[in-house]
This record gives sequence, C-alpha cells and structure tokens, in this order.
Amino acid sequence: MTALTDDRLPAPPRAIRDEMIVFVVMALLLAAVPFSGIYPFFVMQALCFALLACAFNLLIGYGGLLSFGHAMFMGTAGYCSAHALKVWALPPELGILVGIAAAFGLSLITGFISIRRQGIYFSMITLALSQLLYFIYLQAPFTHGEDGIQGIPQGRMFGVFDLTKPTVLYYVVLVSFLAGFLLIYRIINSPFGEVLKAIRENEPRAISLGYRTDQYKFLAFVLSGTLAGFAGSLKVFVAQNASLTDVHWSMSGEVVLMTLVGGLGTIFGPVVGAFAIIAMQQYLASFGQWVTVIQGSIFVICVLTFRRGVIGEIAHYLRRSL
Amino acid sequence: MQALYAQLLVGLINGSFYALLSLGLAVIFGMLNIINFAHGAVYMMGAFAAYFLLNLGGINYWWALLLAPIIVGIFGMILERTMLQWLTGLDHLYGLLLTFGIALIVQGVFQNYFGSSGLPYAIPDQLKGGMNLGFMFLPVYRGWVVIFSLVVCIATWFLIEKTRLGAYLRAATENPTLVRAFGVNVPRMITLTYGLGVGLAALAGVLSAPINQVRPLMGADLIIVVFAVVVIGGMGSIMGSIITGFALGVIEGMTKYFYPEASNTVVFVLMVLVLLVKPTGLTGRAA
Amino acid sequence: MKTMSIASLLLTTALTFAVTGVASAQDKTVKIGALSDQSGLYADLGGPGSTLAAQMAIEDSGLAAKGWKIDLISGDHQNKPDIGTAIARQWFDVDKVDIIVDVPNSGVALAVNNVVKEKNGVYINSGAATSDLTNAQCSPNTVHWTYDTYMLAHTTGQALVKAGGDTWFFLTADYAFGAALERDTTAVIAANGGKVVGSVKHPLNTPDFSSFLLQAQASKAKIIGLANAGGDTTNTIKQAAEFGIVKGGQKLAALLLFLTDVKAIGLETAQGLNFTETFYWDMNDKTRAFSKRFAEKMKSNAPPTMVQAGVYAGVRHYFKALEALGGNPHDGAKVVEKMKSMPTEDDLFGKGEIQPNGRTIHNAYLFEVKKPSESKGPWDFYKLVGTVPGDQAFTPLSESKCALLKK
Repeated sequence: MTALTDDRLPAPPRAIRDEMIVFVVMALLLAAVPFSGIYPFFVMQALCFALLACAFNLLIGYGGLLSFGHAMFMGTAGYCSAHALKVWALPPELGILVGIAAAFGLSLITGFISIRRQGIYFSMITLALSQLLYFIYLQAPFTHGEDGIQGIPQGRMFGVFDLTKPTVLYYVVLVSFLAGFLLIYRIINSPFGEVLKAIRENEPRAISLGYRTDQYKFLAFVLSGTLAGFAGSLKVFVAQNASLTDVHWSMSGEVVLMTLVGGLGTIFGPVVGAFAIIAMQQYLASFGQWVTVIQGSIFVICVLTFRRGVIGEIAHYLRRSL
Repeated sequence: MQALYAQLLVGLINGSFYALLSLGLAVIFGMLNIINFAHGAVYMMGAFAAYFLLNLGGINYWWALLLAPIIVGIFGMILERTMLQWLTGLDHLYGLLLTFGIALIVQGVFQNYFGSSGLPYAIPDQLKGGMNLGFMFLPVYRGWVVIFSLVVCIATWFLIEKTRLGAYLRAATENPTLVRAFGVNVPRMITLTYGLGVGLAALAGVLSAPINQVRPLMGADLIIVVFAVVVIGGMGSIMGSIITGFALGVIEGMTKYFYPEASNTVVFVLMVLVLLVKPTGLTGRAA
Repeated sequence: MKTMSIASLLLTTALTFAVTGVASAQDKTVKIGALSDQSGLYADLGGPGSTLAAQMAIEDSGLAAKGWKIDLISGDHQNKPDIGTAIARQWFDVDKVDIIVDVPNSGVALAVNNVVKEKNGVYINSGAATSDLTNAQCSPNTVHWTYDTYMLAHTTGQALVKAGGDTWFFLTADYAFGAALERDTTAVIAANGGKVVGSVKHPLNTPDFSSFLLQAQASKAKIIGLANAGGDTTNTIKQAAEFGIVKGGQKLAALLLFLTDVKAIGLETAQGLNFTETFYWDMNDKTRAFSKRFAEKMKSNAPPTMVQAGVYAGVRHYFKALEALGGNPHDGAKVVEKMKSMPTEDDLFGKGEIQPNGRTIHNAYLFEVKKPSESKGPWDFYKLVGTVPGDQAFTPLSESKCALLKK
C-alpha cells in the first residue's frame, strides 16, 4: 500500500525548531486578531474547525485511517455540553468536560467496532456509524430533533472569565485551541506517534517487529475522537447552539476537505485548511447554491494535482517539516 | 399474518434497489479497487436522464430503461478516463475522496438547476394499476421492479462468473500484468467495468423514478445505507452482494411493520452486529 | 434572475442616493437581510423568491421617493443553524442590518430568533412552521407571519372532521415537528367529535412509504393525516396514489403542503388532496395582480408561495411602522412594538393584527387540489373549500406560554 503522504526528510532537531517558530508566529497572529478589525466570531468558528481537523489529521495523517464520520464526535460532544450547560446549568468548564467525556465514550465504542476493518471498509463503517448516530439524535428527545438546542448560556469560565464578552470568549477559545494543538503535536512526536507512523508506512513490518498494531490504531482513534469532541464542546460556546448539522455526513466530508486542502499528515495543514474552507463558505455565501459545487471541485483538484495540500507543498518546496 | 406477507413483498422492492446498487459497487470495487462514492449521484443521474428523455425527447420509459444507463455509463467512462485512471497505484482512499468530490459537484449542479422539490415522472401506462393478491393490493409497477431487478442481477452475475469476458475481468482483477501479457487491453476493460457499474446504478435510478420523485439528492442518503449493505455482505462476491441487498430490504420491511421508529437505523445496527461477530462481512474475504 | 435583481437593486440604491443628497434630521436608512435556504429543500418555497418578494416590497412602498435609503442583502443558511446564526451575527455586527426576514426551517429559525433578540434587531419570520416562535420561545423582536403548526393542525383538523371525516390515521414524521402536528391535530379531532384510530411514525426522509401506507389502508380510517413535510409529504402522496388509497375511498389530508409541492407531484396524483394555506395567488384581483408581477420576475415564472407572500406583507408592514415612527430608530424592540400597535392590512393577506406574542393573525383557508380537467393554467391548482377566521385558526392568547404576555 502506498503511503498517503510522501516521505519527508527526517531532520528532527531542525524540524522541531522550525515547527516551534511557525507555532509561535501562528499563536501571535491569532492573538492579535481582536485588534485587527477582523470579525472575531468568524475566527473563533474557524479555530473550532481547525482543532477538529487537527484531531482528524491525527488519525489519517499519522495513522493512515480515513474516518468519514468524525462529525459524530463533534456533534455528540456538542449536544452533551449543550445539555449540561442549559438543562443541568453546569459551569462552562464542567460543560466542556461532559462533552469530552461523551466523545471519549463514543470513540471507545465506535473504535472497537470500526477498527476491525481496514482501508476503505473502515471509512464506510465510520460513515455508517455516524449516520446511525444522526438518526438516533434526530429522534432522541434531549437533542430537540430538528430544532436543536438553542440559546445556550455561555456563563463564566472558572467563575472568572465572562464568556458573554466576545473578547474574553475569543481568548478562551484561542487558548483551548492552542492547548489542543500542542497536545496533538506532542502525541505525534512521542514514541507512540513514531510507532503510528511506522504502522502507516508498513503495517506488516510493524507487526513483525512485535507491535500490536490494532491496539495502537485503536488508541489513535480514541485520542482523535476525544479531541474532536473537545472541538465540538468549544463550538457550543461560539455558536450558542447544538444542532443536527454537526452530526450530518456532509460535516464529516467538510473536515476531510479541510485536512486535504491543508495537507494530510502535516502539522499546520489542517489549521490552514480549516481557515480556508470556513473563509470560503463565508465569502462565497452569496453564491449560495454553488458552494457545494466549489467544494466538490476542490476535492477533485486536490486529489488529482495537489495531493500534498497547501502546507505539504510548501514544506516539500522548502524541504522542511511543517 | 396477511399484513406480514404484504410487508415482505414491499421489503423486496427496496431490496431490489439495494441489490442493484451494491452489485454495481461490488463490480467496480472488484476491478478498480475503489469505492465509488459517486454511486448515489449516478443513480440520481439515471432518474434525471429518464426524465429528460421523456420531457425533451419524447422517449418513453422502455427506451429510457435502455438508453439512460448507456448515457450515464458513458459519462462514467469519461470520468474514469479523465480522472480515476490517474489514481492507479495510489492509496485507495484517494479514489474515495475523488468520487466524493465528484458526487458533490454533480449533486450541486443538479440542485442549482432543478431545485430540491423534485420533478414528477409518471408510471408508464402499461404498468399502471394494481393486482389484488388477496393479502394485499400490489401496484403492478412495484412487482415489475422486483422481477426486472432480479433478472438484471442474475444476468450480471452470469456475465461475470460464467462468460469468457467475465473470466478476463476476474483474471485482470487478480493479476493485471499477466492478463495484459495475453494481449488483453486491461485499461479499456477497467473503463468498461466502471461504465457497467455506473450503468447499473443509473438503471436503478430509472426504475425508481416513477416511485420516488426525481430529486437531486435522491441518492445522497441512500448511498450510505448501501455502504452499510456492502460492509455487511462483503464485496468479495457478486452473488453475495445481490443476496444481501434483497435480504436487507426484507429485514428493513419487517422493521417497518414491527418497530417503524427503527427502520432507518436497522441496517446500520445489523452492520455493527455483523462486524462484531464476523469482521470480514458475511461473504467477504479480508480486505 | 439574480443579475436582474442585483441590477434593480443597484438602480434603487442609486436613485435613493440621488434623492437623499441632503441629510435629513431623522435617520432614514434601512438594511434588510433576506435569510433563506437558497439551494436546498426550501429554496423553491422561500429562497430567491423571498428575496424578490422583499425587493418588491421595497419598490411598492414608495419610500425611496420619500427620501429613504433601503438596502437589501440575501444569504443562504443552507438549513444549518450554525451558518444561519453566523450570517445573522455578521449581518448585525458588520453589515449593520436592521431586519431579517423569511428564514424557513424551524431549527434555523429558532437559532436566529435568539441572535436577533440579543442584537435587538427586527425578525419577521415567514418560512418556519414552529409555533414555538410565538409561544415558549417568543421574543420582543419577533413577528411570525404566514403560518405555524398550531394553525395548520387546527384548520385542517377542524374543517375535515366537520365535513364528516371523523376517523383518522396518522403518518407522522418521527421528530419534534411531526409529533407536534399530530398532537395538535389529535386534540382538534377529539374536540370536534372525531376519533384517531391509529398512527405510525416514519423516519425522516424515507424514500419508501409503502409499508406505512399499507398499515394506513388496513386501518380503514376515513382520513389519512400526513404529519410530515417536504419530500416526505410529496412521496407519501405519490405512493398513496400507486396503492390506490384515494380510489379506495380514503382521503388524504396533508398538514403542511405548499404550492410548489403540488406542482412537483402533479395534479393527476395530487387531485382531491386537502390542506391549509394562508395565501393563494388566485384568491382575488389584488393577489392576482401581485402574483402576475411576481411571476414575471421569477426565473421559473412561478407565482408566489404563501411564504414569499408573507415576506412581502411583513416587510410592507415594517415600513409602515417605520414611517409612523418618522425614521429608523435602529431599535428592534421599539419597531416591533410599533408594528404590533398597528393593524395589518395588505393586498395579499387582507386585514389582520399582530398579537402581543408576535403572532400575526389573518385568515386561513382550506383548499382542495383540483382535478386535471378543472385546471385552466399551469399554476391553477386549488379550489377553496373553507375559510377560517384568524382568531379561530391561530393559538388563542390564553393558551400561549409566551413570557411577553405575563407583563
């Protein structure tokens, strides 16, 4: 099986230095947003999707597993957080925890089922599972079906940060995103991440070296699902609603698209991809009908000519790891 | 008990669509090693082709049954030649992503021009009306769908498993280089196979046009159910995908009678159960 | 159509610029946002047609000549509450929109309702069915025009039971909307001496209804009530014809059906169907005149649906309130209060009023779909069966749970 991403030059110390520089630049740029006149709501939304795409990328870029149902983690966490905040009136930090716990539980179950099959089957199974959940949420009373959960209170984080203030909310979302991003970065560069990459490159060899590859993949799946749940919980504070959109298969498709555009298996690619796709949806909204066509075209173009994605191409050109 | 018979029969009708679609997926998968995510979109195109043939060309249902699959099949072959063939040798997932993109484009374009409400397509005069079977009133058209799909499925199975052409096909799946050495044009065979699979989906689309509305998104959700059918049956065997298709239609029909709330989810739940017991699917080989 | 409306928009804008050269004491700028589903399920009943309706309301109001500068923008919420709220927020924060109109899809409508309240804008909803907008989730910034689930259930249920359809079987879409329709209709049927003999819940977006129809047929109920919407309703009706249900003597009552749905089904199949709407293009000379102008500007030459008519009427009434205020205070709650204090009257819905909870009250009509032989034109579909006065059709204030009423 050919690898999903091309091999890059292994240069660990320099690579990590490069990546840290880019990270700091990214963090500073994002921190400056409220002063720039850019509409912060849009950036917050993009940050949530960026985190989701990074979580998704952990699975495909480093585990070689294409999940076509990642929306189910985001949606589940979103619903559970929303319910906790609105009905149980929990404070924001606990609301997020409830969402993450729900996504964790869900990823344990779905991981156990889907990891049994590889390749395309895995994609189809995750897609089918997310569709199953979609129908369950459509009928379950606590999600309020088509109406969704609306008007979710934002509250005070740790009793201190007033999330109803846009700037405060922005920095809370930004810090959460950066924390999630660093965690994923840490996972990728841990021994566990190295084994994952080894499995992606050549699974039989990894098995012959004595690794229980299924367990590694399962763990990667659970980590990815839980982090996707984190993104979903954050999104509840930004959008102040939780709806079926977040569990629909088209959302899963969008996550795949974001990661593909940015670059599968690159560290910063999903972030760039998420911003690009969200910006596109925003600014092409007046073209309404054509947005899906454009998205489809981007898929086709990326797959045919641009498989490394934006960041992947840049990294390849600079011969750096990004 | 009478009601149960009726539900069984009704389940078979849906099963026909599942069978035709999963059969097409299996044929394509066998040869190209990709999952055709655009299958729902070409199913929809089949229905639209029938609609256009009737409303623009005055060509009736019977000719549409023949022409629509050919037209859509040619569209599929163009896709294969211009896009899919460049993916040979790459990870299979790229095929999935590419066809997903194609599905989005096709559905988006149709939505742009035809809205979402759907266009009517009348049942052909010869198949109007119904028969009273004693236990139910069976619309003639639905009976026709079951019988016709069965015939098409068996013919496809015969073509692939029992004819010389089919033998080449199967051989090319196993070892393309060797088959090429025998002087067979393998790329052309791949293109034709994709055309065949797509044509089968378009045929299902024509069959469903008089029952459902002709809608741009008619295949979008259906395809996910068919994916689950394919996971349950495994794509290793042609006959397997036909039988699973019909069987799941019947099971779904039963659910609609006993516990209608679950009829949307029953196929997915079955998929989970099958995966837990037999990860390779009922008839499949390991992927 | 798009380019044309943009061109006319530019033209109006240019004209208003010319007229408003002198700054007036009162702020006379207004920005309207038509938020709808531009490409999905509801695009035909709202969508570009609703934008056109708002555009026509601007032109017909004649405000431009009186020194007002009115802008119109449109957006596609794609039936996603997320996208809907994001657009709404951006419109208020960045584009300084004063009023959002249309918004079909109950989920998006309720989500936008919260945003408009938070930003103190004006919200005239015409496209959504949920009666929650003026009930549990009512807001001082919201006016709900055209229809809601309560009205649909009451008008159709009451009229049919009175006409002798006293046994019912429900085919209900298995989610909140379907359940609400079934619940409300059941109450009306019981109150009028009818009986519900059974019901079956079907999943949303089911392609195949044959199982459910067989159960409805076996129930021998006189009326089969369809508590579903959109593609589900049209599919049920088509397939019911196949199974010979109407020919077998049972009647179908669609609780929510639009003109565009009837077009999609075709008269051959839809004939004899009963349902409720609050506007039909062929009601009287005024509606015909408006619809003719409207259809000429539509790409499909379709006359307005009741949702699009509601957008037009709502925007016209909003302008009346602004004129009465002498300028735009950019204070949503204040404008809505003014709107509620004035009786509504327009060419499309006739006389009516806006209740304190935001519900617009106007007549509701029970229609029956014509036979193909009775239809004289491409959109000549309905015949009027009965008229229910607004105060009987919509939720009585005594039953409304709206917090605004408690003051």
